[in-house]
Amino acid sequence: MAENNVILQMKDIDMFFPGVHALEGVDFTLRKKEIHSLMGENGAGKSTLIKVLTGVYKRNRGNIFLDGADFNPSSPLEARRYGVNSVYQEINLCDNLSVAENIYAGRQKTRFGKINWKTIKDGAREALGRLNMNIDVNRPLGSYSVAIKQMAAIARAVDMNSKILILDEPTSSLDRPEVEQLFATVRKLRDEGLSVIFISHFLDQVYELCDRVTVLRNGKFIGEYQLKDLPKLELVSKMVGKDFSILKKRDKGEKSRGGSEVFIEAKKLGKRRTVEPFDLQIRRGETLGFAGLLGSGRTEAANLFFGIDEADTGEMLLKNRKAAFKKPNDAITELIAFCPEDRKKNGIIYDLSVEDNIILAMQGKESVFKYLSPKRKAEIAAGYIKKLGIVTAGPEVPAGTLSGGNQQKVILARWLVTNPALLILDEPTRGIDVHAKAEIMNLAMTLCDEGMSLIFISSELEEVVRCSDRIVVMRDRKKIAEIPGEDADEEKILKTIAEA
Amino acid sequence: MAKKNLRFQSIAGSKVFSALIVLALLLLFNLFFTKNFFVITIHDGHLFGTLIDILNRGAPLMLLSMGMTLVIASTGGTDLSVGAIIAITAAMASKLIGGNLVMDTAAGVQTYVTETPMALAIVIALVTAMLLGLWNGLLVAYGKIQPIVATLVLMVAGRGIAQLITSGQIITIYYGPFFFVGGGWLLGLPFAIFIAIFVFIAAQLLTRKTSLGLFIASVGGNAEASWYAGINEKAVKLFSFIFCGFCAGAAGLIICSNVKSADANNAGLNTELDAILAAVIGGTSMSGGKFSLSGSLVGALLIQTLTTTIYAFGVPPEVSLVVKSLVVVLVCFLQSSVASGFFGQLSGRVRA
Repeated sequence: MAENNVILQMKDIDMFFPGVHALEGVDFTLRKKEIHSLMGENGAGKSTLIKVLTGVYKRNRGNIFLDGADFNPSSPLEARRYGVNSVYQEINLCDNLSVAENIYAGRQKTRFGKINWKTIKDGAREALGRLNMNIDVNRPLGSYSVAIKQMAAIARAVDMNSKILILDEPTSSLDRPEVEQLFATVRKLRDEGLSVIFISHFLDQVYELCDRVTVLRNGKFIGEYQLKDLPKLELVSKMVGKDFSILKKRDKGEKSRGGSEVFIEAKKLGKRRTVEPFDLQIRRGETLGFAGLLGSGRTEAANLFFGIDEADTGEMLLKNRKAAFKKPNDAITELIAFCPEDRKKNGIIYDLSVEDNIILAMQGKESVFKYLSPKRKAEIAAGYIKKLGIVTAGPEVPAGTLSGGNQQKVILARWLVTNPALLILDEPTRGIDVHAKAEIMNLAMTLCDEGMSLIFISSELEEVVRCSDRIVVMRDRKKIAEIPGEDADEEKILKTIAEA
Repeated sequence: MAKKNLRFQSIAGSKVFSALIVLALLLLFNLFFTKNFFVITIHDGHLFGTLIDILNRGAPLMLLSMGMTLVIASTGGTDLSVGAIIAITAAMASKLIGGNLVMDTAAGVQTYVTETPMALAIVIALVTAMLLGLWNGLLVAYGKIQPIVATLVLMVAGRGIAQLITSGQIITIYYGPFFFVGGGWLLGLPFAIFIAIFVFIAAQLLTRKTSLGLFIASVGGNAEASWYAGINEKAVKLFSFIFCGFCAGAAGLIICSNVKSADANNAGLNTELDAILAAVIGGTSMSGGKFSLSGSLVGALLIQTLTTTIYAFGVPPEVSLVVKSLVVVLVCFLQSSVASGFFGQLSGRVRA
């Protein structure tokens, strides 16, 4: 009864971590020439399953068959030798090295101990050529866009004897055209005979690219489905484990609520080579969406409101008084909060406990000598861990051990503790699952109803449209339009971006 | 995914633990092989004995290790200039006090004279040390220079500055009251111990009872993210270096008072390395962010006990450094993840 076109079979996989049963009897079957999606919420066990497959973790129970033979790699390197390659969520390449060096790092071809640069460069060109890419392999990787880095990572992973390619959240930092480019490449590789495991939080992309899906929930196997037979809502319900009325919609009917009082206003505010002067008003209790492609100046504009960059032209009025922020602390004092785009670099502090991460901004605001008692700290942290549903073994666990979505919630908690009047969320939903996404956005909406202002920056137009009272459209570091929420839809925004 | 990191949090604790074990082993060794190691006698109301000696001689290193700990914790780098700061502080203090030997010829006794009131001399010396720390801190926090490079400047230049202060002379101090700092007694114990303990308690209070400890760990863990969270990361780094300078200054005063002179070339030579070692043995992570002041104290005591043991045991001076380094390698191995895995299995078997 076994299908004969199966390339990989994982049966009854169990994996324990101290105190956590991360995988419980998970089955996974991958066929030849298919793109198979692995879906589940944060912490469902997707990454763990992949790490079991690639030999990062040693499974406690279960069997893996590759091409019908027992497969027990003890390291990713060994898995690689058998043709199982992975490109992880966070791209692990070095910006300072050239493209060619990155593709061949760790396996430089040497002759008598001397690196043969010509072979390396030719090999890199060829590897990229297979992906229909033609770039200068001598330039440092850092000089290219994220999409190209992603391609280089794939080129690095795929070579002649590859059987399986694993892509863990490859699109989370890509723009739409870049996604298209990536998908074209992946399809090409599939058609050439590769099997692909595709992990992503973007439902649309999964439907667009994949043939089949395996759903995991809390470390358990839920099922394997043909995507064309599975409606989106049903898939989401399977991931979450309950039917839920999707996202709370901003009630556009009474959207002028809180409306008249301006919290912060930008007048010809700008910074050379970063963002061109723009006018903007943010009223109390309002959600302002920032739409635009990556690098269109969305983040750069928000940075001016948080003192990350200092404006060199124009002025900023805070509650009708002139204000200038030189550093984040100045903005925080005025009750502005900011969840940065790059969680790893600017957000979470890995070694610090979840609790310390949560109270950090509050302590930073106070003088050094106003230290919270351990009891008070624990109370605050426990309160927000519960309120935001942060999944952690305890408040004392280093925050770096949490899954991406939970880290994001920790940062959100850090700011909510400070009771902000204006919250800036820069790509808050990147790389996190539908459920956590909905939770985060719904919470933000609720706070808006209580009078908080929100700046919401996202690449996902659908989300921006759904949540915003007003939408600012950016392009080429310029504010090109402001669209009232009730008139906005994705098409209109896309048109604005395209036509302006 | 949590496996590796869950063990992380207890590492600082377990490192102090293994340092304590080696310390206990050393003491046990001395119990059997060194005569009178644990004997403490009382003369004139003062306690004497090898253990007291270890505390007394270890005081400068304890001070240095505390300052070093905060620098490592907040920057992930080291302060190489503490030895030079010791030399400068010593030179400063002895210059201000002056090398005057005045005898009252009629009575045949010495009258103590100082060129500057002693309290003022001490304060000026300590402030100088803190200013030198500030200089290091400015280079690191505002100049964005790596700590090891930034402090190398002062490490190299410092001894020259000390020689300039003393005009190239080794100033001998004859002013009696100053000897109290490094050689005096209080409540039966050497006064230097009280200095070290006082600074330790002050540092503990600062890092535990204010948010400074949190800020240091946060900045050391991720300076940029800390800045985004509204923490003045530059000020935190500055503080660490100033504190480190202060500790080096205090150590310099003790050393200067102990040897009753200031030797610009040799005072505090190579002590920065011992201080770094003490902090590492105590469980402070060299990459910054995780630190333990009490661990560093244990580390400093371990190093001093080792030195004293080597002398007491009569190891020839030419091989004493080899013996010392062997023990250090042993400690570091015990703390490595390789060993923790090995002992983890072992203890698991014992429990089973």
